[in-house]
Amino acid sequence: MQKVYLTLIIIGLGAINKTWKFILSKDNHQYLVEVKNLTFSRGTRTIYDDISLRIPQGKITAVMGPSGIGKTTLLRLIGGQLKPDSGDILFANQSIPNLPRKELYETRKKMSMLFQSGALFTDISVFDNVAFALREHTHLSESIIATLVHLKLEAVGLRGAAQLMPSELSGGMARRAALARAIALDPELIMYDEPFAGQDPISMGVLVKLIKALNEALNLTSIVVTHDVTEVLDIADYVYILANQKIIGEGSADQIKNSKSPLVQQFLQGNADGPVPFHFPANDLTKDLIG
Amino acid sequence: MIQKIIEIGHNTLNMVATFGRAFLMLVGALCAVPKFKNIRLTIQQVYVVGVQSLLIIIVSGLFIGMVMALQGYTILVNYGAEGSLGPMVALSLLRELGPVVTALLFAGRAGSALTAEIGLMKATEQLSSLEMMAVDPLRRVVAPRFWAGLIAMPMLALIFSAVGILGGHIVGVDWLGVDAGSYWSIMQATVEWDKDVVNGIIKSIVFAFVVTWIAIFKGYDAIPTSEGISQATTQTVVYSSLTVLGLDFVLTALMFGIN
Repeated sequence: MQKVYLTLIIIGLGAINKTWKFILSKDNHQYLVEVKNLTFSRGTRTIYDDISLRIPQGKITAVMGPSGIGKTTLLRLIGGQLKPDSGDILFANQSIPNLPRKELYETRKKMSMLFQSGALFTDISVFDNVAFALREHTHLSESIIATLVHLKLEAVGLRGAAQLMPSELSGGMARRAALARAIALDPELIMYDEPFAGQDPISMGVLVKLIKALNEALNLTSIVVTHDVTEVLDIADYVYILANQKIIGEGSADQIKNSKSPLVQQFLQGNADGPVPFHFPANDLTKDLIG
Repeated sequence: MIQKIIEIGHNTLNMVATFGRAFLMLVGALCAVPKFKNIRLTIQQVYVVGVQSLLIIIVSGLFIGMVMALQGYTILVNYGAEGSLGPMVALSLLRELGPVVTALLFAGRAGSALTAEIGLMKATEQLSSLEMMAVDPLRRVVAPRFWAGLIAMPMLALIFSAVGILGGHIVGVDWLGVDAGSYWSIMQATVEWDKDVVNGIIKSIVFAFVVTWIAIFKGYDAIPTSEGISQATTQTVVYSSLTVLGLDFVLTALMFGIN
């Protein structure tokens, strides 16, 4: 009897082991972007000091952190607009910093970025903005392009605004139009740079819903760079928090909420003083006043 | 003292680096196989920088021609040489004023606009978003504007000279009574195609190259803030004007200085 139990346990362990290995091996392929030991500095100022992070495929990953620590820089590094001092950035197992120019431009067709300002081309209409990449990179006929553009605009609720000029749109609408442009070529990766900054609550709600919906409907991988904690924790599958040139916390939204790190808690709760000091480094006040 | 030397060294290095960036930008923009789409964009830009500058060029040309005829007549008439008014107006326009004044006006009218446009595209992340859409902004934005400037300005210079000569005719012949026959015939006899007209065209091509290059580079290299763009626009006009005047002296010395 004991022998039977033992055999069953061994078989059971073997099965668990195999499943685990299977999960692990599958897991390796599930990262669309991998940042490895990245160091980057601007002049004498270090922005990132040896950070590593991985962006799982098909998920929404949030990158949060205080303003001015270079979250946008991270997106530019992934997009190949900046080159790291050391370390590597892999996109679909291709090393972005080492790609020759031509291949880099080919790879960029698979990624897209929603800029903080929207960055719509101001001299052409919303329709032409969305059609821009399609006209540049495909040989589709105008009627097919028109259909595609209308579908993309419908997805963000702006089909009626197709003929407006970007200057006639409100901030929230401009960002939605830019989102329609960003998904025009059906990219694999979409990077949102502060999508909620300066939005009223309604537009913010719309954008949160859109990011979630697009990610599911188009099987996208999304990176959302932001400091709007509550909005992004609702939709993010995985969260990284950056501060002081390092990653100070990572995990699922719940893990982050329950993090013990005082730095993470200060950031989540928005406390004025804490590990990130309220005061910019200065001399002693009494000393300065009395002299 | 040491501080001064450090500053000079720092500024020199900055200047060399700027030249390097300007050169690289030009190479990046021009060393590409032109696409059919970009030719269309170039034509569009020729309209913007060329056709839309026509009014200022024609009006300035007309008045400069008229003023020159007036001034020339008052001097020449003392020697009874008012018949030579035609060649005087034509030669000064074709050799000097046409290319130079056109370049100065072009820098103010079209150059500053190019700088502001490209600088603002940079500030509003439009250039970055082009890059992220896998479209090279050097080829898409910079190259068509460069070619357009190079094509439009020599033509504008010729139009300027032509209108100026007509302006001289209005004042000299129609108003002050110089003989129309001598105005045209002495001009025809004196102005040489290769020495005067072609040299003028060469000048305006060189100026077009320099002014457009400065305008585009200043926009592309601008600090993407409102202050940075205003500075870049000012620099475009100042640097282009000074370079044009300096180069004009060098070119004149080369073309007409040594016989």
